[in-house]
Amino acid sequence: MAKKRKRELIEGNAAIAEAAIRAGVEAFFGYPITPQTEVLEHFSRRLPEEGRVFLQAESEVASINMVYGAACAGARVMTSSSSPGVSLMQEGISYIACSEVPAVITNIMRGGPGLGNVQPAQGDYFQAVKSAGHGDYHMIALAPASVQEAIDLVVLAFDLAEKYRTIVIIVADGSIGQMMEPAELPPMRPVRPPEERPSWALTGAQGREHNIITSLYLGAEKMEAVNLRLQAKLKEIAANEVRWKEYSTEDAELLLVAFGTMGRICQTVVREARAKGMKAGLLRPITLWPFPSARIAELAEQVRGILTVEMNAGQMVEDVRLAVEGSCPVQFYGRMGGIVPLPDDILPELEKLAADVAGGKEA
Amino acid sequence: MVKEMASVDIPADMELVYEYPRSLTKAHTHYCPGCTHGIIHRLVAEVLDELGVRERTIGIAPVGCAVLAYYYFDVDMAEAAHGRAPAMATGLKRVSPDKVVFTYQGDGDLASIGIAEISYAANRGDLFTTIFVNNAIYGMTGGQMAPTTLPGQVTTSSPTGRDVATTGYPVRMAEMLGGLQGAAYVTRQAVLDVKGIRRTKKAIKLAFQTQLAGLGFSMVEIISTCNINWHMSVTQAMEWAKKEMVAYFPLGDTKMTDEVRALKEGK
Repeated sequence: MAKKRKRELIEGNAAIAEAAIRAGVEAFFGYPITPQTEVLEHFSRRLPEEGRVFLQAESEVASINMVYGAACAGARVMTSSSSPGVSLMQEGISYIACSEVPAVITNIMRGGPGLGNVQPAQGDYFQAVKSAGHGDYHMIALAPASVQEAIDLVVLAFDLAEKYRTIVIIVADGSIGQMMEPAELPPMRPVRPPEERPSWALTGAQGREHNIITSLYLGAEKMEAVNLRLQAKLKEIAANEVRWKEYSTEDAELLLVAFGTMGRICQTVVREARAKGMKAGLLRPITLWPFPSARIAELAEQVRGILTVEMNAGQMVEDVRLAVEGSCPVQFYGRMGGIVPLPDDILPELEKLAADVAGGKEA
Repeated sequence: MVKEMASVDIPADMELVYEYPRSLTKAHTHYCPGCTHGIIHRLVAEVLDELGVRERTIGIAPVGCAVLAYYYFDVDMAEAAHGRAPAMATGLKRVSPDKVVFTYQGDGDLASIGIAEISYAANRGDLFTTIFVNNAIYGMTGGQMAPTTLPGQVTTSSPTGRDVATTGYPVRMAEMLGGLQGAAYVTRQAVLDVKGIRRTKKAIKLAFQTQLAGLGFSMVEIISTCNINWHMSVTQAMEWAKKEMVAYFPLGDTKMTDEVRALKEGK
């Protein structure tokens, strides 16, 4: 009989690092930045214990390029940062995306723009989903709403990164990173031995032609062919890897859409709204890219209105509106600068939506 | 765009005295006529052959004229973002400590945009070898001022000559990196004549041996030419580099630890 694994009280940042270790990460390269520094600190202690590679880089620019180098070698590798640090990584992310090597990044988002502050925020949705560096590509973006989900998504992130030879970013916010919750860590996976690294990796041209990993294609036709291949892969990912959770949507007339910490808070909003007699439901995207557009479009036919709630000025709401294509009103409520809206702030917004759609008023 | 050279059969009654290095592919070069990259590529390839490490060598190409170096070296290679090759090499070597890793970088790549990455790799003593080609100009973009452009040197972005009062001074990378503790072997050589080419090859070999022995970071800075963007004949360029560049960038070792010296002297 399998031994029952026990839940332990663990902080989000440490849980992310430990989950990566359990998932067989071979190397971590990173730079301290609040509110994700505990990811780096956990790795700095645990990776040497496991005989694996930890290196504090001189900058996030170096971190992502160390990740790029280790990924080219076919090693399972990750980095982690928070908003301003992830901005510094955009160049490397673009190269990795074009070179099609697998890598995992965590962004424990904080208030911005600029240096901002160290409070939890969701202002990097556009960066993670739309504009990660120059050129035409997407990262798979995974948004956990709890410490447990962060653990599970780290493991998934490595699997998806290697399956599709792509970048996966875990988009959490400071509250997920800093919060302690009971959670269950996965069992330790064996680390893949160097001799089992993939055939495309840079392992030395022994008994084969030399491998080249590049993002440079000087001919327009070749560059377009690479882009078409990338787009075909993204299409495959979009077809297979959309993930979301629904709460009380079966009979919902009012739909909340929120991700990460906001998605979790909106579960409470749904309960409180139901207690007040409103038929509220929630869709919480887990993959921000690929976005659960098809399911939101279906629900838009069922509900009378949608309220998107975010810790930003309204970013994901653009994708919700694209999915809905005008088939029902979509309203938005958000706070910025590191302020986390609470159910008492959101409930009146839902009531306003209810009143607007009851009166036939367009959002 | 890469064309293969035709192979030549050696007649049975003739002796082979000059062989194409195994560590080079047979691709036609894209480098300009008179460019010294070809010489340096060949020296690196000969060293890899002599050390018998081709099949476990991984190179990192820069952004600059040598961006396509991976077409010429018949070893596994990656292409880095501008200046980031040393960070890539660090990541790669740390997860593949049994491999031989080198970066091949120009002056804009290494001494301007990538000065942080090379400095920290050297300071950590990361176990790879850097081939630093210094020709005092941005070649690929058409002859702009480089961090190593000499005072008064005319380029397309310093049309009246480099003014050190506003642009600062040419960076002496070998001296700078040689001052870092993690660096085991740092030297400046020149491929401007046969003697210099032979010395450069010895230095490249010692740099790779330093890596193989696990002694620390190693770099060979190589004074090189860009006759096209200097608007000179090949001979004029060689002479100008000897007279002007070597005066500012003196040749010789800027760092050689006792362990490397022992290695060099075969102790």
